[in-house]
Amino acid sequence: MAGQAVPLFHPGTSLVHRLGAGTKLLSLLVAGVALTVWRAPWQIAVAFVVVLAAYAVARLPVRLLLRQVVRLAWIAVPLFAIQLLLASWQAAVGVVGSFVALVLLAGLVTLTTRTTAMVDVVVRVAGWLRRFGVDPERVGLMLALGIRSVHVVLGLAEEVRDAQYARGLRASPRAFAVPLIVRSLRHADRLGEALAARGIDD
Amino acid sequence: MLKSRDLALIAIFAGIIAALGLVPAVSPFGIAVPITAQSMGIMLAGAILGAKRGALSVLLLLALVAVGLPLLAGGRGGLGVFVGPSVGFLIGWPIAAWVVGLLTERIGRPYRVVQGAIANILGGILALYVPGIIGMSVVGGLGLIEATTTSAVFIPGDLAKAVLAAVIAGGVHAAYPGLIPARRDRSAAPDRVSA
Repeated sequence: MAGQAVPLFHPGTSLVHRLGAGTKLLSLLVAGVALTVWRAPWQIAVAFVVVLAAYAVARLPVRLLLRQVVRLAWIAVPLFAIQLLLASWQAAVGVVGSFVALVLLAGLVTLTTRTTAMVDVVVRVAGWLRRFGVDPERVGLMLALGIRSVHVVLGLAEEVRDAQYARGLRASPRAFAVPLIVRSLRHADRLGEALAARGIDD
Repeated sequence: MLKSRDLALIAIFAGIIAALGLVPAVSPFGIAVPITAQSMGIMLAGAILGAKRGALSVLLLLALVAVGLPLLAGGRGGLGVFVGPSVGFLIGWPIAAWVVGLLTERIGRPYRVVQGAIANILGGILALYVPGIIGMSVVGGLGLIEATTTSAVFIPGDLAKAVLAAVIAGGVHAAYPGLIPARRDRSAAPDRVSA
Protein backbone atom coordinates (compact mmCIF):
# COMPACT_ATOMS: atom_id res chain seq x y z
CA MET A 1 0.00 0.00 0.00
CA ALA A 2 2.70 2.46 1.01
CA GLY A 3 4.59 1.56 -2.16
CA GLN A 4 1.95 3.30 -4.25
CA ALA A 5 3.18 6.73 -3.21
CA VAL A 6 6.41 6.45 -5.20
CA PRO A 7 6.77 9.23 -7.77
CA LEU A 8 5.56 8.61 -11.32
CA PHE A 9 9.01 9.59 -12.62
CA HIS A 10 10.58 6.98 -14.89
CA PRO A 11 14.37 7.32 -14.95
CA GLY A 12 16.24 7.57 -18.21
CA THR A 13 19.00 9.40 -20.05
CA SER A 14 17.16 10.49 -23.20
CA LEU A 15 17.05 13.99 -24.61
CA VAL A 16 13.60 14.51 -23.09
CA HIS A 17 14.88 13.47 -19.67
CA ARG A 18 17.81 15.87 -19.92
CA LEU A 19 15.72 18.91 -20.89
CA GLY A 20 15.21 21.37 -18.03
CA ALA A 21 12.00 21.06 -16.02
CA GLY A 22 11.16 24.70 -16.71
CA THR A 23 11.57 24.19 -20.47
CA LYS A 24 9.28 21.17 -20.43
CA LEU A 25 6.61 22.95 -18.40
CA LEU A 26 6.76 25.93 -20.75
CA SER A 27 6.40 23.63 -23.79
CA LEU A 28 3.38 22.05 -22.14
CA LEU A 29 1.86 25.48 -21.59
CA VAL A 30 2.46 26.44 -25.24
CA ALA A 31 0.96 23.12 -26.40
CA GLY A 32 -2.08 23.79 -24.21
CA VAL A 33 -2.67 27.19 -25.80
CA ALA A 34 -2.00 25.83 -29.30
CA LEU A 35 -4.49 23.00 -28.89
CA THR A 36 -7.26 25.33 -27.75
CA VAL A 37 -6.78 27.39 -30.91
CA TRP A 38 -5.99 24.70 -33.51
CA ARG A 39 -8.22 21.67 -33.27
CA ALA A 40 -9.13 20.71 -36.84
CA PRO A 41 -8.80 16.95 -37.40
CA TRP A 42 -5.52 17.26 -39.32
CA GLN A 43 -4.07 19.51 -36.64
CA ILE A 44 -5.03 16.97 -33.98
CA ALA A 45 -3.32 14.31 -36.10
CA VAL A 46 -0.14 16.42 -36.17
CA ALA A 47 -0.36 16.86 -32.38
CA PHE A 48 -0.56 13.09 -31.89
CA VAL A 49 2.40 12.48 -34.21
CA VAL A 50 4.45 15.01 -32.23
CA VAL A 51 3.42 13.57 -28.83
CA LEU A 52 4.08 9.98 -29.88
CA ALA A 53 7.43 10.98 -31.39
CA ALA A 54 8.35 12.64 -28.09
CA TYR A 55 7.49 9.40 -26.24
CA ALA A 56 9.68 7.51 -28.70
CA VAL A 57 12.58 9.93 -28.18
CA ALA A 58 12.15 9.56 -24.40
CA ARG A 59 12.39 5.74 -24.84
CA LEU A 60 9.61 5.10 -22.37
CA PRO A 61 8.02 1.63 -22.19
CA VAL A 62 4.86 1.43 -24.29
CA ARG A 63 2.88 0.16 -21.29
CA LEU A 64 3.29 3.57 -19.59
CA LEU A 65 1.62 5.17 -22.59
CA LEU A 66 -1.10 2.52 -22.80
CA ARG A 67 -1.87 2.82 -19.08
CA GLN A 68 -2.63 6.52 -19.52
CA VAL A 69 -4.81 5.85 -22.57
CA VAL A 70 -6.82 3.25 -20.63
CA ARG A 71 -7.28 5.67 -17.72
CA LEU A 72 -8.56 8.34 -20.11
CA ALA A 73 -11.01 6.01 -21.84
CA TRP A 74 -13.75 6.28 -19.19
CA ILE A 75 -14.22 9.95 -19.98
CA ALA A 76 -12.90 10.16 -23.54
CA VAL A 77 -15.22 7.50 -25.00
CA PRO A 78 -18.51 8.91 -23.62
CA LEU A 79 -17.45 12.48 -24.52
CA PHE A 80 -16.63 11.37 -28.05
CA ALA A 81 -20.05 9.72 -28.33
CA ILE A 82 -21.86 12.81 -27.03
CA GLN A 83 -19.99 15.10 -29.44
CA LEU A 84 -20.70 12.74 -32.32
CA LEU A 85 -24.39 12.75 -31.41
CA LEU A 86 -24.81 16.47 -30.72
CA ALA A 87 -22.26 17.98 -33.11
CA SER A 88 -20.09 16.39 -35.80
CA TRP A 89 -17.22 13.94 -36.07
CA GLN A 90 -14.89 16.89 -36.61
CA ALA A 91 -15.97 18.41 -33.30
CA ALA A 92 -15.63 15.04 -31.57
CA VAL A 93 -12.07 14.59 -32.86
CA GLY A 94 -11.22 18.21 -32.03
CA VAL A 95 -12.51 18.22 -28.47
CA VAL A 96 -11.53 14.71 -27.37
CA GLY A 97 -8.33 14.57 -29.44
CA SER A 98 -7.01 17.85 -28.08
CA PHE A 99 -7.36 16.93 -24.42
CA VAL A 100 -6.13 13.35 -24.90
CA ALA A 101 -3.02 14.66 -26.69
CA LEU A 102 -2.50 17.26 -23.96
CA VAL A 103 -2.93 14.76 -21.12
CA LEU A 104 -0.41 12.43 -22.79
CA LEU A 105 2.05 15.30 -23.21
CA ALA A 106 1.60 16.34 -19.57
CA GLY A 107 2.12 12.70 -18.64
CA LEU A 108 5.38 12.72 -20.59
CA VAL A 109 6.62 15.74 -18.64
CA THR A 110 5.76 14.00 -15.36
CA LEU A 111 7.35 10.71 -16.44
CA THR A 112 10.63 12.31 -17.50
CA THR A 113 11.11 14.91 -14.76
CA ARG A 114 12.33 14.17 -11.24
CA THR A 115 10.04 15.26 -8.39
CA THR A 116 12.92 17.27 -6.93
CA ALA A 117 13.34 19.19 -10.21
CA MET A 118 9.60 19.95 -10.20
CA VAL A 119 9.77 21.13 -6.59
CA ASP A 120 12.62 23.46 -7.59
CA VAL A 121 10.42 24.97 -10.32
CA VAL A 122 7.56 25.47 -7.84
CA VAL A 123 9.92 27.20 -5.39
CA ARG A 124 11.31 29.39 -8.19
CA VAL A 125 7.80 30.41 -9.27
CA ALA A 126 6.94 31.08 -5.62
CA GLY A 127 9.92 33.47 -5.59
CA TRP A 128 8.17 35.60 -8.22
CA LEU A 129 5.19 35.83 -5.88
CA ARG A 130 7.30 37.14 -3.01
CA ARG A 131 5.79 40.60 -3.32
CA PHE A 132 2.34 39.07 -2.71
CA GLY A 133 3.53 37.76 0.63
CA VAL A 134 4.54 34.28 -0.54
CA ASP A 135 7.67 32.96 1.19
CA PRO A 136 9.42 30.61 -1.28
CA GLU A 137 11.42 28.86 1.45
CA ARG A 138 8.23 28.08 3.29
CA VAL A 139 6.68 26.71 0.08
CA GLY A 140 9.67 24.40 -0.34
CA LEU A 141 9.43 23.32 3.30
CA MET A 142 5.71 22.58 2.95
CA LEU A 143 6.27 20.43 -0.16
CA ALA A 144 8.99 18.47 1.64
CA LEU A 145 6.78 18.09 4.73
CA GLY A 146 3.84 17.06 2.55
CA ILE A 147 5.81 14.31 0.79
CA ARG A 148 7.00 13.03 4.17
CA SER A 149 3.48 13.24 5.63
CA VAL A 150 2.01 11.04 2.91
CA HIS A 151 4.34 8.23 3.97
CA VAL A 152 3.71 8.84 7.66
CA VAL A 153 -0.08 8.74 7.26
CA LEU A 154 0.06 5.67 5.01
CA GLY A 155 2.05 3.95 7.74
CA LEU A 156 -0.52 4.99 10.34
CA ALA A 157 -3.30 3.79 8.03
CA GLU A 158 -1.74 0.35 7.96
CA GLU A 159 -1.56 0.28 11.78
CA VAL A 160 -5.18 1.36 12.13
CA ARG A 161 -6.31 -1.17 9.55
CA ASP A 162 -4.52 -3.99 11.37
CA ALA A 163 -6.11 -2.92 14.66
CA GLN A 164 -9.50 -2.78 12.96
CA TYR A 165 -9.15 -6.30 11.56
CA ALA A 166 -7.94 -7.59 14.91
CA ARG A 167 -11.13 -6.31 16.56
CA GLY A 168 -13.34 -7.55 13.72
CA LEU A 169 -14.61 -4.08 12.73
CA ARG A 170 -14.19 -4.91 9.08
CA ALA A 171 -17.06 -2.96 7.54
CA SER A 172 -16.98 0.34 9.39
CA PRO A 173 -15.49 3.33 7.57
CA ARG A 174 -15.95 5.39 10.74
CA ALA A 175 -13.92 2.93 12.79
CA PHE A 176 -11.14 3.36 10.26
CA ALA A 177 -11.19 7.11 9.56
CA VAL A 178 -11.65 8.48 13.08
CA PRO A 179 -8.63 6.76 14.67
CA LEU A 180 -6.53 7.38 11.54
CA ILE A 181 -7.23 11.12 11.63
CA VAL A 182 -6.82 11.40 15.42
CA ARG A 183 -3.49 9.57 15.32
CA SER A 184 -2.38 11.76 12.41
CA LEU A 185 -3.34 14.94 14.28
CA ARG A 186 -1.36 13.79 17.31
CA HIS A 187 1.59 13.20 14.99
CA ALA A 188 1.10 16.75 13.66
CA ASP A 189 1.38 18.05 17.23
CA ARG A 190 4.80 16.44 17.60
CA LEU A 191 5.81 17.64 14.15
CA GLY A 192 4.71 21.18 15.03
CA GLU A 193 6.79 21.13 18.20
CA ALA A 194 9.79 19.91 16.24
CA LEU A 195 9.33 22.73 13.71
CA ALA A 196 8.95 25.32 16.46
CA ALA A 197 12.13 23.99 18.08
CA ARG A 198 13.91 24.65 14.78
CA GLY A 199 12.83 28.26 14.81
CA ILE A 200 10.19 28.16 12.06
CA ASP A 201 8.04 30.68 13.93
CA ASP A 202 10.82 33.26 14.25
CA MET B 1 0.36 34.23 10.19
CA LEU B 2 0.57 30.46 10.25
CA LYS B 3 2.39 29.00 13.24
CA SER B 4 4.48 25.86 13.05
CA ARG B 5 1.59 23.78 14.44
CA ASP B 6 -0.63 25.03 11.60
CA LEU B 7 2.05 24.10 9.05
CA ALA B 8 2.27 20.62 10.59
CA LEU B 9 -1.51 20.20 10.52
CA ILE B 10 -1.67 21.33 6.88
CA ALA B 11 1.08 18.91 5.81
CA ILE B 12 -0.36 15.97 7.74
CA PHE B 13 -3.85 16.55 6.43
CA ALA B 14 -2.56 16.55 2.85
CA GLY B 15 -1.24 13.11 3.76
CA ILE B 16 -4.64 12.08 5.14
CA ILE B 17 -6.45 13.11 1.95
CA ALA B 18 -3.86 11.17 -0.07
CA ALA B 19 -4.27 8.11 2.17
CA LEU B 20 -8.05 8.23 1.73
CA GLY B 21 -7.51 8.03 -2.03
CA LEU B 22 -4.92 5.25 -1.94
CA VAL B 23 -6.45 3.01 0.69
CA PRO B 24 -9.20 1.00 -1.01
CA ALA B 25 -12.28 2.45 0.61
CA VAL B 26 -14.11 0.25 3.06
CA SER B 27 -17.29 -0.50 1.22
CA PRO B 28 -20.27 -0.09 3.56
CA PHE B 29 -22.46 -2.60 1.76
CA GLY B 30 -19.86 -5.17 0.84
CA ILE B 31 -19.88 -4.24 -2.85
CA ALA B 32 -16.73 -5.11 -4.78
CA VAL B 33 -16.52 -1.68 -6.42
CA PRO B 34 -14.24 0.47 -4.28
CA ILE B 35 -15.87 3.82 -3.61
CA THR B 36 -13.09 6.35 -3.31
CA ALA B 37 -13.00 8.17 -0.02
CA GLN B 38 -10.95 11.03 -1.42
CA SER B 39 -13.75 13.54 -2.03
CA MET B 40 -14.70 12.84 1.58
CA GLY B 41 -11.15 13.82 2.50
CA ILE B 42 -11.76 17.25 0.95
CA MET B 43 -14.85 17.78 3.10
CA LEU B 44 -12.98 16.47 6.15
CA ALA B 45 -10.14 18.95 5.58
CA GLY B 46 -12.57 21.85 6.03
CA ALA B 47 -14.71 20.15 8.66
CA ILE B 48 -11.73 19.32 10.85
CA LEU B 49 -9.11 22.01 10.22
CA GLY B 50 -11.41 24.92 9.38
CA ALA B 51 -11.41 27.19 6.31
CA LYS B 52 -7.84 28.46 5.95
CA ARG B 53 -5.84 25.41 7.03
CA GLY B 54 -8.28 23.07 5.27
CA ALA B 55 -8.00 24.88 1.93
CA LEU B 56 -4.21 25.10 2.23
CA SER B 57 -3.88 21.37 2.93
CA VAL B 58 -5.91 20.61 -0.21
CA LEU B 59 -3.75 23.05 -2.16
CA LEU B 60 -0.63 21.29 -0.86
CA LEU B 61 -2.02 17.93 -1.96
CA LEU B 62 -2.62 19.34 -5.46
CA ALA B 63 0.95 20.68 -5.53
CA LEU B 64 2.27 17.23 -4.58
CA VAL B 65 0.20 15.73 -7.40
CA ALA B 66 1.54 18.32 -9.84
CA VAL B 67 5.18 17.60 -8.99
CA GLY B 68 4.61 13.96 -9.90
CA LEU B 69 3.20 11.96 -7.00
CA PRO B 70 0.31 9.59 -7.80
CA LEU B 71 -1.85 10.68 -4.87
CA LEU B 72 -5.26 11.00 -6.49
CA ALA B 73 -7.77 8.18 -6.14
CA GLY B 74 -6.71 5.09 -8.05
CA GLY B 75 -3.07 6.15 -8.09
CA ARG B 76 -3.54 8.95 -10.62
CA GLY B 77 -1.27 11.96 -10.55
CA GLY B 78 1.20 14.06 -12.44
CA LEU B 79 0.44 17.03 -14.63
CA GLY B 80 -1.98 15.13 -16.86
CA VAL B 81 -4.86 15.41 -14.39
CA PHE B 82 -4.73 19.20 -14.68
CA VAL B 83 -5.44 19.28 -18.41
CA GLY B 84 -8.23 16.69 -18.55
CA PRO B 85 -11.98 17.40 -18.38
CA SER B 86 -12.13 16.91 -14.60
CA VAL B 87 -9.72 19.81 -13.94
CA GLY B 88 -12.62 21.98 -12.74
CA PHE B 89 -13.22 19.59 -9.86
CA LEU B 90 -9.57 19.83 -8.84
CA ILE B 91 -9.80 23.64 -8.93
CA GLY B 92 -12.99 23.33 -6.90
CA TRP B 93 -11.35 21.18 -4.20
CA PRO B 94 -9.63 23.97 -2.22
CA ILE B 95 -12.71 26.15 -2.64
CA ALA B 96 -14.90 23.33 -1.34
CA ALA B 97 -12.65 22.75 1.68
CA TRP B 98 -12.67 26.49 2.38
CA VAL B 99 -16.47 26.76 2.24
CA VAL B 100 -16.94 23.65 4.40
CA GLY B 101 -14.41 25.09 6.86
CA LEU B 102 -16.10 28.48 6.97
CA LEU B 103 -19.49 26.93 7.68
CA THR B 104 -18.00 24.52 10.22
CA GLU B 105 -16.38 27.43 12.08
CA ARG B 106 -19.83 29.03 12.22
CA ILE B 107 -21.20 25.86 13.82
CA GLY B 108 -18.36 26.00 16.30
CA ARG B 109 -17.47 23.66 19.12
CA PRO B 110 -19.04 21.32 20.14
CA TYR B 111 -19.47 20.07 16.58
CA ARG B 112 -23.01 19.18 15.45
CA VAL B 113 -23.34 16.33 13.00
CA VAL B 114 -26.56 17.42 11.27
CA GLN B 115 -25.36 20.98 10.70
CA GLY B 116 -21.96 19.58 9.77
CA ALA B 117 -23.56 17.40 7.09
CA ILE B 118 -25.34 20.45 5.68
CA ALA B 119 -22.00 22.34 5.65
CA ASN B 120 -20.41 19.40 3.81
CA ILE B 121 -23.19 19.37 1.23
CA LEU B 122 -23.05 23.13 0.63
CA GLY B 123 -19.26 23.23 0.43
CA GLY B 124 -18.26 19.75 -0.70
CA ILE B 125 -20.97 19.34 -3.32
CA LEU B 126 -22.47 22.71 -4.31
CA ALA B 127 -19.25 24.76 -4.21
CA LEU B 128 -17.37 21.87 -5.82
CA TYR B 129 -19.70 21.11 -8.70
CA VAL B 130 -19.93 24.71 -9.97
CA PRO B 131 -16.26 24.93 -11.06
CA GLY B 132 -16.34 21.21 -11.86
CA ILE B 133 -19.20 21.57 -14.32
CA ILE B 134 -17.70 24.72 -15.86
CA GLY B 135 -14.40 22.84 -16.39
CA MET B 136 -16.20 19.84 -17.89
CA SER B 137 -18.04 22.21 -20.22
CA VAL B 138 -14.91 24.08 -21.33
CA VAL B 139 -12.54 21.12 -21.79
CA GLY B 140 -15.19 18.68 -22.95
CA GLY B 141 -16.82 21.14 -25.33
CA LEU B 142 -20.23 20.48 -23.77
CA GLY B 143 -23.13 22.78 -23.03
CA LEU B 144 -23.62 23.53 -19.33
CA ILE B 145 -26.73 21.35 -19.23
CA GLU B 146 -24.99 18.31 -20.73
CA ALA B 147 -21.99 18.84 -18.45
CA THR B 148 -24.34 18.99 -15.45
CA THR B 149 -26.12 15.78 -16.45
CA THR B 150 -22.79 14.03 -16.93
CA SER B 151 -21.55 15.13 -13.51
CA ALA B 152 -24.86 14.42 -11.73
CA VAL B 153 -24.06 10.69 -11.70
CA PHE B 154 -21.69 11.27 -8.77
CA ILE B 155 -24.06 13.34 -6.62
CA PRO B 156 -25.80 10.45 -4.77
CA GLY B 157 -22.43 9.01 -3.73
CA ASP B 158 -21.23 12.45 -2.65
CA LEU B 159 -24.35 12.98 -0.55
CA ALA B 160 -23.58 9.76 1.32
CA LYS B 161 -19.99 10.90 1.76
CA ALA B 162 -21.13 14.29 3.09
CA VAL B 163 -23.12 12.58 5.85
CA LEU B 164 -20.33 10.11 6.60
CA ALA B 165 -17.77 12.94 6.69
CA ALA B 166 -19.91 14.77 9.27
CA VAL B 167 -20.11 11.63 11.43
CA ILE B 168 -16.34 11.18 11.18
CA ALA B 169 -15.67 14.88 11.89
CA GLY B 170 -17.91 14.57 14.96
CA GLY B 171 -15.84 11.63 16.18
CA VAL B 172 -12.56 13.44 15.56
CA HIS B 173 -13.66 16.68 17.24
CA ALA B 174 -14.83 14.69 20.27
CA ALA B 175 -11.49 12.88 20.56
CA TYR B 176 -9.32 15.88 19.67
CA PRO B 177 -10.99 19.14 20.71
CA GLY B 178 -9.71 22.63 20.04
CA LEU B 179 -9.44 22.70 16.24
CA ILE B 180 -12.52 24.84 15.69
CA PRO B 181 -13.49 27.87 17.82
CA ALA B 182 -15.98 27.38 20.65
CA ARG B 183 -19.55 28.41 20.02
CA ARG B 184 -20.68 31.44 21.97
CA ASP B 185 -23.80 29.91 23.44
CA ARG B 186 -25.88 31.62 26.08
CA SER B 187 -25.79 28.43 28.10
CA ALA B 188 -22.21 27.38 27.43
CA ALA B 189 -19.84 27.34 30.34
CA PRO B 190 -16.62 29.36 29.91
CA ASP B 191 -14.14 27.35 27.95
CA ARG B 192 -11.11 26.03 29.72
CA VAL B 193 -9.39 24.37 26.80
CA SER B 194 -7.59 26.72 24.48
CA ALA B 195 -5.43 24.32 22.49
